[in-house]
Amino acid sequence: MTVQPSTGFRPAEQRTPDLHAPVEVGIHEVRKSFHDQVAVDSVSLRVHEGEFFSVLGPSGCGKTTLLRMIAGFDDPDSGRIELDGVDMVGVPPYRRDVNTVFQSYALFPHLSVRDNVAYGLRRKKVRGAELRRRVAEHLELVQLGRFADRRPGQLSGGQQQRVAIARALACEPRLLLLDEPLGALDAQLRKQVQIELMRIQREVGTTFLYVTHDQEEALVLSHRVAVMNAGRLEQVGYPEDVYERPATRFVAGFIGTSNILDGQVSGVDGQWVELSAHGVHRLRSALPEGRTVRAGEKVAVTVRPEKLHLHEREDEVPTGWCALNGTVADVVYTGVSTQYVVELPGGGSMVAFVQNARRVSDAGTPGQPVCMAWDPEFTVLLDESLVDEENNDVR
Amino acid sequence: MLVYAFLYLPIAWLALVSFNSSRSVSEFTGFSLQWYAELLDDERVLQALDLTLRLALTSAVVCAVIGTLAAFGLRRAFRGRSAWALVLTLPMVVPEVVMGVSLLAFCVKLAGIPLGFWALLVAHVSFSMSFVVVVVRARLSGMGPCLEEAAADLGAGPFTAFRTVTWPLVLPAVAAGAAFAFLLSFDDVVTSNYLGGVGSTTLPVYVYGQASKRGVSPEIVALSTGMVAVSAVLLVAGVAIASRRARRASSSVVEVVGVPQGG
Repeated sequence: MTVQPSTGFRPAEQRTPDLHAPVEVGIHEVRKSFHDQVAVDSVSLRVHEGEFFSVLGPSGCGKTTLLRMIAGFDDPDSGRIELDGVDMVGVPPYRRDVNTVFQSYALFPHLSVRDNVAYGLRRKKVRGAELRRRVAEHLELVQLGRFADRRPGQLSGGQQQRVAIARALACEPRLLLLDEPLGALDAQLRKQVQIELMRIQREVGTTFLYVTHDQEEALVLSHRVAVMNAGRLEQVGYPEDVYERPATRFVAGFIGTSNILDGQVSGVDGQWVELSAHGVHRLRSALPEGRTVRAGEKVAVTVRPEKLHLHEREDEVPTGWCALNGTVADVVYTGVSTQYVVELPGGGSMVAFVQNARRVSDAGTPGQPVCMAWDPEFTVLLDESLVDEENNDVR
Repeated sequence: MLVYAFLYLPIAWLALVSFNSSRSVSEFTGFSLQWYAELLDDERVLQALDLTLRLALTSAVVCAVIGTLAAFGLRRAFRGRSAWALVLTLPMVVPEVVMGVSLLAFCVKLAGIPLGFWALLVAHVSFSMSFVVVVVRARLSGMGPCLEEAAADLGAGPFTAFRTVTWPLVLPAVAAGAAFAFLLSFDDVVTSNYLGGVGSTTLPVYVYGQASKRGVSPEIVALSTGMVAVSAVLLVAGVAIASRRARRASSSVVEVVGVPQGG
């Protein structure tokens, strides 16, 4: 999937990886099933050299299976996995220039931290001073130099995690795979190790393929994010893209909070789609590139809660904006912002986050009629072509 | 405290009277090593000791080899694996008398193995091996496939991964299993009684025979104390090695040596 047409936001330049860099990992139409259960369903991906690429999805979405196939622990049923243009399917893990940081760390308990880090280098016949230099260098990279003689069992979870990273990076692989590496750490430590990981990746420049179920982690760390669900890729893009312009209902719901409106196309005006939902006919949404809709077609749109403005009267709404009337059902003060749950007349409700920039006493109260308005550039038309008929309700 | 008294008072008393200077086992009159000296002069005791040690060592080695192979074999996924594993551990719960009779019948009538060392060895291996399998399997399943995958990921082929990761981690369990097999063989009375035949009396069988024929004599008391000492030393050494390993490897002691206690 390519970058969506720019509608006011642009990915930050310094985070943009070089998309002209050679493709390091090419995944083509990869499928894998276990006992009739499809784990990965025709996934295609391209990861560029030096990129920090995340695969984000709920548990059981197939992201770990995808990672294991790249590492070589599992082989796909069909499709190709290319590293630097060479198909790797059938090549055992010990002959791939790929190293993994396991979720459970998988440090060798009978070896010292130093010998753990040296393990991969010894397999590559690195010996003597060169071995010592590279081990020391990578222990320094994760700031564990003084723990070299300890056993993994004598280290804390966060330290073990860093040993696992040093061990994998010491081999200087073309590609580093990270399988939920922060999953076992507590929230405080996660933040710390996240920053650490970012620093290390920028420092060594190795391509990182990072698997996680934590959307915030993926957005913060990555150059690009692939969102995966039920074995399929739902969207690939910059963190800003994935958040601001979710491609599907799943992405909209999985990343952050979303309001999803089911409606019907009433007309198409160049780049804009006019639609009606909840009895309102003048909702507008940008038409994504390459997408065509016809009048009368059932569609779904989404708008993020922080894009909504609350007005007491409809005539306060700026011209050209989308507006929906409703009744305040719930007000939750969360410090930075206040969360409003607004019930819509035709049933259903929407959530609005309003920054507490004004005095809190100005907040609305439950039962109060309210008009929600937003700039139509924030209405995102969802692609429903991926949704299976039978799964429609679940999502 | 009461539990410990209950468990150890008889043994402590046994140890005490083995150093008694009189023949009495109910009254301590003075310290002496005469009963131990007498034991070392007794040809039959020495013969039994020699047989018992040879038997226990051989049995432990054979059990360690076969049991470890079986544990590794059971690691692969195949049809009916859990059934095979269950069958392998069944000898742990079969009554020893039944085991003895069936092995007697098997050795003499079917396999034609003459009673004596070889028959005893077959018997001891057959009832001790399960313990090695259980201990080693517990260790292997505790390890999971993760460490071997990590080794492969870091460039180790299957043989290197086994040599550098799997084997060093399983070794303490194999040693613990072997020590346990040694103790089982060293302490066995029932099965050895059936299969020893004439001239192949193991130490426990000798003690049993003497005690039931002549009552508890000081020589037997001294001999028993000696056997308890050997068992205890072996057990303590085993636990010490395992727990040191475990501390270094950060896995629990229970994982390595605690399992057979249930059997």
